[in-house]
Amino acid sequence: MTVATDQARPVALEVLALRSVHGGPFAFTVPAGACVAITGSSGSGKSVLLRMIADLDPHEGDARVDGQACSGMPAAQWRRLVQYVPAEPAWWSDIVLDHMADTDAVRDLVARLGLRAGCLHAPLSRLSTGERQRLALIRALQLHPRVLLLDEPCSALDAATTDRVEAVVHAVQAEGTAVVLVSHNMGQAERMAGRQFRVAQGHMGDIAP
Amino acid sequence: MTPIVLTAGDMLVAAVLIVASGALSFLLSLGLQRALLVSAVRMAVQLALVGSVLLFVFGHSSVWLTIGVLGFMFTAAAWEAGSRQQVRLGAGWHFGIAGIATVTGTVIVILIGLLTALQPHPWYVARTAIPLTGLLLGNVMNATSLSMNTLLSTITRERQAIEARIILGATRAQAMNGLIRQAIRTALLPTLNQMAAAGIVTMPGIMTGQILAGMNPLAASRYQVLLMALIVTGTLIGATSAAYLMAWRLTDSRGRLRLERLLSPRGG
Repeated sequence: MTVATDQARPVALEVLALRSVHGGPFAFTVPAGACVAITGSSGSGKSVLLRMIADLDPHEGDARVDGQACSGMPAAQWRRLVQYVPAEPAWWSDIVLDHMADTDAVRDLVARLGLRAGCLHAPLSRLSTGERQRLALIRALQLHPRVLLLDEPCSALDAATTDRVEAVVHAVQAEGTAVVLVSHNMGQAERMAGRQFRVAQGHMGDIAP
Repeated sequence: MTPIVLTAGDMLVAAVLIVASGALSFLLSLGLQRALLVSAVRMAVQLALVGSVLLFVFGHSSVWLTIGVLGFMFTAAAWEAGSRQQVRLGAGWHFGIAGIATVTGTVIVILIGLLTALQPHPWYVARTAIPLTGLLLGNVMNATSLSMNTLLSTITRERQAIEARIILGATRAQAMNGLIRQAIRTALLPTLNQMAAAGIVTMPGIMTGQILAGMNPLAASRYQVLLMALIVTGTLIGATSAAYLMAWRLTDSRGRLRLERLLSPRGG
């Protein structure tokens, strides 16, 4: 994926001077079907940025999806369009199927992400961190978001499983979903993103592709 | 039957019991002697003061005097309910929410009781309104306090799970309704247990007092049933108001969790 290709696509996500006491202002755009990577050291403000885009923390500035401003639509509707997958996903019950429907699409994702078919019926407390991380991705994808915010989606995964996750994310991008990826893995950022930004001390700098 | 009037000499029995309890505490190395003495003296002074104030208020039958006493009682209850929390809201919101919930729950049922079943003349007469308020206020305050405490500790503990729902597009009501319901249920349990045990395990205080004061036990039991109904309704209104107000204050109009509005746990 090249910048030129990205620029030819319509913009899906616009981040317009988002700032909070924890960082910013952040401003960038992500074309439909493209991936932008955010890198930076721990505590530099990467997750703060994703949380502001998802409208989970109070902030100034705005964000738009397909031209529709976050401030102009109900928060719940915005968050369904802009799905945030945290680095450590949380669960409100120990039953996987309380969090997602047992549909063909979900079972297909389970297989493509290298999860055991039985994991949908297993208690979450019995699953590994890596399995829960992939299930959190499925939970987000079942909503068919227009923008996917991924915070270290493969931090607990081996190389082969990381490839599976990247393949699924590429497939979602191919359907037009814009992706913002936070990763410490520079190799992954280069493989997945057409454009990279580096965040340091709550401020953002462009990294030439 | 005439009521048994306790004389100053009878009060000596109470004093001897407190001193005997202190002695027992000393013998068993419980270290409760000082607390026992301070609490007993405090209780005696407070109740004597209340008795004197009520004597004065009942004697003057002034609506403004009654309102003043009730206002003082409501303020003290709000303060007490707000003070009991381990985790608190900043900027006085804690006392505000405790006060609104306690006063709402109490006032609604007091008005129902005074204007329907009890119907004293006039309906705001101090002799009925003040003791009734005292009885209801204590129960509603406990329920309000329990509701707020349960919800706060659950929200703090379940923060990430609540946010997981919010991330997936749940409104703040959808994300928190389960926790709110749990807080209300917890707050009502003592009252429900009290109702279920009344007359079998325990003899309710009002009924006991009225029987000792010479009332027919059947008439006293009717009083107790009415008062328990008022108490359970008041506690439900208070606990529900407190839980929803607390949930509202800990989120914002964009449905975000705003736990930074909490102050650090007391002593932590």
